[in-house]
Amino acid sequence: MNRTSLEVKNVSVRYPGGHQALRDASFELRGGTIAGLVGVNGSGKSTLFKAIMGFLKPTSGSVLINGQPVTTAQKAGLVAYVPQAEEVDWDYPVSVWDVVMMGRYGHMNFLRIPREADKRAVEEALNRVAMWDYRDRQIGELSGGQKKRVFLARALAQGGQLILLDEPFTGVDVKTEESIIDLMRQLRDDGALLLVSTHNLGSVPEFCDEVVLINRTVLAYGATEGVFTLENLSEAFGGVLRHFHFESSTVQSHDGRNVQLLTDDERPLVFGKDGHLEYKDRSGREELVKKRAEEVGP
Amino acid sequence: MLASLATLLEPLHYDYMVRALVASLLVGAVGGFLSCFITLRGWSLMGDALSHAIVPGVAVAYLLNLPFSIGAFFSGLLASGAMVLVKQRTKLREDVVIGVVFTTFFAAGLLLASLYPARVDLKTIVLGNILGIAPSDLWQLMAVSAVALGFLFMKWRDLMLVTFDERQAMAIGLPARRLQFLLMILLSATAVAALQTVGALLVVGVLVTPGATAYLLTDRFGKMIAISTAIGGSTGVIGAYASWFFNGATGGCIVTLQTIAFVMVWLFAPKHGILMRR
Repeated sequence: MNRTSLEVKNVSVRYPGGHQALRDASFELRGGTIAGLVGVNGSGKSTLFKAIMGFLKPTSGSVLINGQPVTTAQKAGLVAYVPQAEEVDWDYPVSVWDVVMMGRYGHMNFLRIPREADKRAVEEALNRVAMWDYRDRQIGELSGGQKKRVFLARALAQGGQLILLDEPFTGVDVKTEESIIDLMRQLRDDGALLLVSTHNLGSVPEFCDEVVLINRTVLAYGATEGVFTLENLSEAFGGVLRHFHFESSTVQSHDGRNVQLLTDDERPLVFGKDGHLEYKDRSGREELVKKRAEEVGP
Repeated sequence: MLASLATLLEPLHYDYMVRALVASLLVGAVGGFLSCFITLRGWSLMGDALSHAIVPGVAVAYLLNLPFSIGAFFSGLLASGAMVLVKQRTKLREDVVIGVVFTTFFAAGLLLASLYPARVDLKTIVLGNILGIAPSDLWQLMAVSAVALGFLFMKWRDLMLVTFDERQAMAIGLPARRLQFLLMILLSATAVAALQTVGALLVVGVLVTPGATAYLLTDRFGKMIAISTAIGGSTGVIGAYASWFFNGATGGCIVTLQTIAFVMVWLFAPKHGILMRR
């Protein structure tokens, strides 16, 4: 079986006004991973996102999906898109069922009349995100988390191999965020490549296996542990972040090292004394916790 | 009894009246279908602008003895170009640009008509002249309507996705830009066709009101299209038919009927009507 791949090679984008949004950006990702595309507003993050989706042509360089140009991959239905909540017209006269069915267009004939297989795929996807009971609701009548799940179901029904999510956690509560992350993990385990554009630093270590760090170019990419370092983040975010030191806090003994906290006013990102990432969710990371305990000693 | 039936059937004895009824039906139905996209896409103001902007073109076409659709086409094209130019070169908001450009064009049309009152019939342009529709005009209208309805009927699901979520449409490889462009072309062609039926001032009514009415009646796009097309077609026929007895302007009758339908629905619609909402 072919593993999904996304290759961004030396992509530069200059807008007609002369603004250089991206210079020589390169990275490579493979299926079965959740990758965060992280950068501040104006870092070229959304430009890169658009280039990957084929909305704009890079001035130079290329984007390949499974080794093919973007347009070919799109025609094969490999690319699915989960929009930002603000981008969607929630008053549009479509039901939950209709939206998820839109994911099946690529599988349908010229007239887009759904067949049995399409209906089954939609039903399956809706069941998987626990939205089957809401199938006849107009989309504006849903809660924030339900809205997100509908669009994830659309990506599911489409069978997209490269799923692009644009700021999926803006305007959703923590519980919803966790259920979305859970769904994303399921998709990852099915072999999909999820690329998530976000500026929400604190949640990145919680759900991203890999990170692409952007500031006008790709500063670093790879496993989250390796990329999310204090140096890299300072370079990517510059003065945008609040930076807290806990030298004299009561939460730690004074041994010359300190816990540091970076935040952009959303979920804080916490670095332990050795500059390693601190996780809120420790399940599945028992090894790491044990190792740290040994380092600290009794 | 028999006499009153004869009175009711009287309009059908006249060829020009039959042509008027067919033309109203077609313009109403195509306008109704398109109005779903126009209302949801936020193109209402654009439709209004376009219908006014084609007036000077029609006036020039009269002066040069050209088919008025050619004049309308070039005038519309020029207006769109002017809007794009002004928008790119200034920091003005889009609604301001549309407002400035379309009044300019409309003014030019009025000026031309007032300079050559004998050769340009202002009343026809502004109010329409459906009773004077020639057989050749009707054929042209039938061809435009057949193409428009055929395309819309086959592609409405794609167009729905493009207007609802353009990025997803592009992500699955639909030619989103081309489809939107085609929608604009259809809008322009229908605006030109409707000019003769209801007149420049009321084109926008035909292109907006049925969709707005249908929107209040359903939460499903497919149903909205069916309702809107039915409202457009039926108000077209009934309005034209009624204008015979009222001896009033056909366009006025059609759009007034559409407005009555809108107000009734707005008040009494099962889910979105203001009287039924809790």
